[in-house]
Amino acid sequence: MKNTNQLPTEVSPLQRFLKRWGWTLAMVLGVIGITIWQYQLNAQATEAVVASTIRQSTPLVLGALCGLLGERSAVINIGIEGQMLLGAFVGFLVNVWTGNLFLAVLAAVLTGAVMGLLLAYMSVTLKMDQIIGGTVINILALGLTGYFYQVGMVTQGKLQPIPLGPLANIPIIGPAIFNNPPITYATFVLVIVVHYVLFYTKWGLRTRAVGEHPRAADTLGVDVFKIRYVNVIMGGAIAGLAGAFLTLEAVGSFERAMTNGRGFVALAVMIFGKFTPLGAWGAALLFGFANAIQTQLQFADIQIPHQFIGMLPYLLTIIVLSGFVGRTRVPAADGVPYEKE
Amino acid sequence: MAENLALEIRNVTKRFPGVIANDNVSFNLRKGEIHALLGENGAGKSTLMNVVYGLYAPDEGEFLVNGKKVEINGPHDAINYGIGMVHQHFMLVPVFSVTENMILGSEVTKGTSLDLKRARKEILEISEAYGLEVDPDAIVEDIPVGVQQRVEILKALYRKANILVLDEPTAVLTPQEAEDLFRVMRHLTEKGVSIIFITHKLKEILNVADRVTVMRRGKVVGHTTPAETDQQGLATMMVGRDVLLEVEKAPAQPKDVVLSVENLTIKDERNVSVVKDISFDVRAGEILGIAGVQGNGQTELAEAITGLRGIDAGEITLSGERIPFEKPRWLVEHGMGHVPEDRHKHGLVLPYDLADNMVLCTYYQKPFAGAFMVRNRDAIQKNADGLMERFDVRAPSTAVAASTLSGGNQQKVIVGREFSRPLKVLVANQPTRGLDVGSIEYIHKEIVKMRDEGVGVIVVSAELDEILSLADRIAVMFRGKIVTVIDAKDATREKLGLWMAGSNPDEE
Ligand SMILES: Nc1ncnc2c1ncn2[C@@H]1O[C@H](COP(=O)(O)OP(=O)(O)OP(=O)(O)O)[C@@H](O)[C@H]1O
Ligand SMILES: [Mg+2]
Repeated sequence: MKNTNQLPTEVSPLQRFLKRWGWTLAMVLGVIGITIWQYQLNAQATEAVVASTIRQSTPLVLGALCGLLGERSAVINIGIEGQMLLGAFVGFLVNVWTGNLFLAVLAAVLTGAVMGLLLAYMSVTLKMDQIIGGTVINILALGLTGYFYQVGMVTQGKLQPIPLGPLANIPIIGPAIFNNPPITYATFVLVIVVHYVLFYTKWGLRTRAVGEHPRAADTLGVDVFKIRYVNVIMGGAIAGLAGAFLTLEAVGSFERAMTNGRGFVALAVMIFGKFTPLGAWGAALLFGFANAIQTQLQFADIQIPHQFIGMLPYLLTIIVLSGFVGRTRVPAADGVPYEKE
Repeated sequence: MAENLALEIRNVTKRFPGVIANDNVSFNLRKGEIHALLGENGAGKSTLMNVVYGLYAPDEGEFLVNGKKVEINGPHDAINYGIGMVHQHFMLVPVFSVTENMILGSEVTKGTSLDLKRARKEILEISEAYGLEVDPDAIVEDIPVGVQQRVEILKALYRKANILVLDEPTAVLTPQEAEDLFRVMRHLTEKGVSIIFITHKLKEILNVADRVTVMRRGKVVGHTTPAETDQQGLATMMVGRDVLLEVEKAPAQPKDVVLSVENLTIKDERNVSVVKDISFDVRAGEILGIAGVQGNGQTELAEAITGLRGIDAGEITLSGERIPFEKPRWLVEHGMGHVPEDRHKHGLVLPYDLADNMVLCTYYQKPFAGAFMVRNRDAIQKNADGLMERFDVRAPSTAVAASTLSGGNQQKVIVGREFSRPLKVLVANQPTRGLDVGSIEYIHKEIVKMRDEGVGVIVVSAELDEILSLADRIAVMFRGKIVTVIDAKDATREKLGLWMAGSNPDEE
């Protein structure tokens, strides 16, 4: 055949890296710079902001991981909110009954997984509309938790921070990153693991193929249904863990509808993160950061109505993300049930 | 004899709701041969191959690979038995690189990670061994269809296929790319690969096939070899009656100009001029053929004329009225008919049923819509029944989704819809791509009839034969310009070929 296509031209790796990550890098460096500067002005408040950023972002990243596992294999999951809520509730109940925090977390994760299974069954096997499937889960979770929750149930403690030796004493980031309770650590690990699985392993390649062109994957012997089931169930488990974070690590007790829209914000975080775990993490941290600043500003005595300050996280998120994040590409088959014949 | 059979298909029956796509079909493939499978649109060729490849579960039937009976319960089994398939519509993930597409489902790993480096090396080795050049790092959506097809063939070879099914591989290729493909096919058979080759182009069969099996309406109706037959013989065998391979038409009687294009310039998404300062007229009662290798601006030109695309300079007038751009409905109401190049994207709403697809341009008009825009089901149904009959659309009923029809029948639905409206100008872009000779004969006849009724027709085609037999005048496009307009009487394949390649035959 004619040599119509050129063979690979070598671009230097550094150039490629800069082209792809330049803006992200610049932003990260900027944030670090500002933080250090602020730290010199007011050490305590700065440490509080950084710690709060991490805390606020944790359930959002976990939710986003849940969402993107589904969507990368073409199952839209708008039931993250419900999966989180039910996970939070079951984890809480098990803690009340047994007092064993490990069992409680496990129960929350399993609950999320079961809700994932339900969503997979509705959208993959029954080929139901996936928005309806997710809504079913949200309503189910609200109903069940509302019905079974009794005021006055008392928990037996919550997960405590584990300082990682001398690392925890590093200024600014020490307390925020190396002195956390277990679910927060687990989140750091999960982001990396999911990113690795999605982009560097066989499973990830198949997952992305199923999300883009399921028929092509099918013709190569990839089991489309299995890939979707497993991803949605794993996603559910992660959402369950996010629920556990709320009741067993952050708050220590349960309230009705305590997820408070985090499942939906997680969806936005996932989209802003371009359906990648690292991107979602960045978006979640940004959102958490804006929230933390907002809290600090409420304390500081500034003559701005607090409603405006409350808008800050959303405004900042919108500005930064619309300015720096380019077009997001949704998996081509997203939301479409697969028909074999 | 049984020893040298690579594949034997025995008594396969496959039913879909309302149709028997394969009715007790048997077929065999010798080692190292190219066996052509020929049949009308909807005859069941793709279905049979999908059954062999494990994508569809047959209702009855059995398979033997190299003389041994095998169970095929999915593509995975087929791949294991050395069967590879290049589908009629490519099965590539557009956002993946060539390498990723290639290894999907048969990944090489190092520890838990994908070993893309090794995969890349293996791909380069096979691609060299078979003379199929590809860039393993290219993203599939960025490469031309001809190269995408190489990737599809390599995908099968990468899985060590020695039985290769090619389902209409030449439908989307330029003549040059098709020649390259035939060379590769012969090369493969020398290396012991056996090939099943599906095509509607009779010339290609006579050119490359060792044997031919012909199907009609789900059944095998005969076998032959290129030595025993010719194009006419193949056509008759397949359609079951004599087919006119040449268009019969009286000399054109051109009248007033109905469509005139003046100094038209179009830029594409990247702001590159793809149509450069083009001017031409079309008269009522003539067929203007637009020839050219694909990608020389024909698509954009046709889209601009039919209102699907804006322009950057110039103007187009339809019976003296300047047309507004990107207003297809205005054009529809002023007598513009369009058979689009991409029938899935611009021709049909695939999930809609046939009856609705047949009123896509007129659903809001009388008699299809009554007072308050309420749809008149009876009128829509009557229209559909009439068109199904007149255009010989093969489908179980007008209530099935357009997506379930074979490619050729989908095309007939579009042609039926467009030709049944009162037209002044008709733009037919690749009107017979993927169609069987019987349908081509029919559509060509209808186009000539439109012309004789006084419609100005533009036919865009990459098939020289189609242009030569249909057109009264031929415009050749090269790199966005019309390089010549010649009378069809003076045109020859050779001359057109030279014009299309950018040289001027009259100067040499
Ligand atoms: N998934 C499906 N569901 C229902 N009917 C189908 C399906 N696939 C094919 N058919 C029907 O089966 C018949 C055979 O179709 P098939 O695609 O095998 O034809 P073909 O010979 O490949 O035609 P073409 O040359 O147009 O590609 C047609 O009547 C078609 O409408
Ligand atoms: Mg076919």
